[in-house]
Amino acid sequence: MSKRCIDPAKAREIAERYPAGDGTGLIHALQDVQAAFGYVPCEAVEVLCEHLGVPISKAFSATTFYKAFSLTPKGDVVIRICTGTACHIRGAQTLVDEIRAVLSIEPGETTEDMKFTLETVNCVGACAMAPVVSLNGEYHGGVQPGAATRMIRGEE
Amino acid sequence: MAKILVGMSTCGLSAGARDTYEELKKLLSDDSSHELTLTGCIGMCYREPLVEIRDNGTRTIYGDVDAGRAREIVDKHLANGTVIEDYAVYTEDASGRKGGAEEPFLTQQNRIVLRNCGVINPESIDEYTERGGYEATRRALTVMTPEQVVGEIKESGLRGRGGAGFPTGIKWSFAAGNDADQKYVVCNADEGDPGAFMDRSVLEGDPHAVLEGMIICGKAIGATFGYIYCRAEYPLAIARLEIAIEAARKKGYLGDDILGSGFDFDIKIKQGAGAFVCGEETALFASIEGERGMPRIRPPFPAEQGVWGKPTNNNNVETYANIPWIIVNGASAFRKYGTEKSPGTKVFALVGKIEKGGLAEVPMGTSIEELVFGIGGGIKDGGEFKPVQMGGPSGGCIPEHLKNTPVDFEHIPQTGAIMGSGGMVVLDATTCMVDIARFFLDFTQEESCGKCTCCRIGTKRMLETLERITTGEGNTEDIAHLQHLAQQIKQASLCGLGQTAPNPVLTTIDYYEDEYIAHISDKHCPAANCSALVSFNIDRDKCTGCTLCVRDCPVDAISGGKKQFHVIDQGKCVKCGKCITSCNFDAVYKA
Repeated sequence: MSKRCIDPAKAREIAERYPAGDGTGLIHALQDVQAAFGYVPCEAVEVLCEHLGVPISKAFSATTFYKAFSLTPKGDVVIRICTGTACHIRGAQTLVDEIRAVLSIEPGETTEDMKFTLETVNCVGACAMAPVVSLNGEYHGGVQPGAATRMIRGEE
Repeated sequence: MAKILVGMSTCGLSAGARDTYEELKKLLSDDSSHELTLTGCIGMCYREPLVEIRDNGTRTIYGDVDAGRAREIVDKHLANGTVIEDYAVYTEDASGRKGGAEEPFLTQQNRIVLRNCGVINPESIDEYTERGGYEATRRALTVMTPEQVVGEIKESGLRGRGGAGFPTGIKWSFAAGNDADQKYVVCNADEGDPGAFMDRSVLEGDPHAVLEGMIICGKAIGATFGYIYCRAEYPLAIARLEIAIEAARKKGYLGDDILGSGFDFDIKIKQGAGAFVCGEETALFASIEGERGMPRIRPPFPAEQGVWGKPTNNNNVETYANIPWIIVNGASAFRKYGTEKSPGTKVFALVGKIEKGGLAEVPMGTSIEELVFGIGGGIKDGGEFKPVQMGGPSGGCIPEHLKNTPVDFEHIPQTGAIMGSGGMVVLDATTCMVDIARFFLDFTQEESCGKCTCCRIGTKRMLETLERITTGEGNTEDIAHLQHLAQQIKQASLCGLGQTAPNPVLTTIDYYEDEYIAHISDKHCPAANCSALVSFNIDRDKCTGCTLCVRDCPVDAISGGKKQFHVIDQGKCVKCGKCITSCNFDAVYKA
């Protein structure tokens, strides 16, 4: 995994949006960190925990419990394939297999050049448009085999 | 002057509504005689992107509107009033006469919860109040006593729309009866069931209705603060809620001394962080408090000890969206819809192998057949109806021979499925029932919080067994083993997730045991779906060597030049089926 340096001032700025010594803001603060950096860097966790007055173990307990958090950096393009029921029966697994084959990564992994991350998501709630794929939060419905690959090629 | 509305909820956007909107904006930029605006989801997801033109009391909704069609609408409809019949899905003339290709889809519904969805701009509080919005709040706060509000909801017979169906008025009376210095109203918007998106559509299409329901609940139970716990996978719903809350504060519907009634109430959004178990109320409360979302034993029930240990009333989005309508129209008007024990309407998400996938709101007690074949237009591409899956990972499959079952809280549980929140996934003959059971166990196994051993390890063992069966490694004891484990998990789990996780397996064994046996004994998947048990092949007699499949294959698994027989490399093939759809000679087959 490649290491990226983070700006500690940015982590501090996020921490200070929440009252000092109040641990109840932990998940919200972690969500802000995830949004700002694209993942939860260990250095940011330290800054956050010190400010909120909670042990670091509690932050890791939360980040490993909730799926929205990632402890590793993500690629420039995050490909999320919905694998909810409607997408599943309309071929979501095929799309996952296709992207796995094209990018040589498993779901949850990032390509070595940090360009793409492949993720699956339980349901994005656009079931009538199944199967659904999102690229950096932009939704595409009715994705046919081959179309997902073309979308990725378009991002290259 | 015409008003042009573009359906901009997640379904519309995933079908390309953004491009449609931008094109219309560009075309109308130097024409101030028309108003371009956005709206929520009217439920016809299968014809998105949708664009509606309102002009002189007429309504025309166009379907499948890409940028090209948008130009045609501007050129023909807006310029000289010609309705383009080819893709007008719904029309209404000034006298109220309805027409259009998809008119029955809408006219077969009774829209209480979805009354404003696809009708108003969800980002405009003024459009909401013009349609009678916040009248219920005014009545509940300035005319009615809290007891009268609770009484009206009790009288309506409204039952919780999140799945359990507990009578809402009775729930409110519990929280109202507990004295405390602080109470809370919680809205569960953690719609995690895959295949269900009713709550998302309401939040994206009519957020103020939910806020109103919560304010009225606050008044009824004596709470001054509310939380909306919304899943992170719904960013647009969260954005629209934020706009709605801000607007409601500005207009004085939230904050101190609302409408001069002396009642204070405010709402905060708590964004979920991706854990299905947080749909369980005690786990949801833990998550609001900044903890891992793990359920705890009830009692104490939320009405005594909920968020922060204070009396709390928790309902889901659809339940709250019903409240303002009931307060304005009265309990007896509500009871005109639905059945005696399940009054009112219910919104269903019709998805899967269905012709008209979307959202439909019908009276409780409507049959599955009416929903799937009447409103939903039957099975996609004329396929064969198998079962309908209801209740997501907690629910079950209702087979074809029970399609006359009325959908309400009394009849659905008799089939082994549950009402759930309203997701109806229609399956056809190409869906393997063992794979569906495996799919749901894969889901629950991953989402189990890990607190109860039987849920944590039991679902894992069930999943492993199902994986063996679907890959042709099953043995004859597996079915009994699954049923035995299922009973143990149901009995020994603390929360709804574990207690219901085995349901998809039990109902598929009940109704489709022959499919399990075919996988186990014959190493055969009758639906030709389980990839380990099927392969794609090309019929040499039919293949003309056109190279279309060779070019279309996304993983370059097919070889053969022009006028040569094509061959599929089984090692490379990902079994996507693209070659089947691209072949013009029916030469590719699954076996």
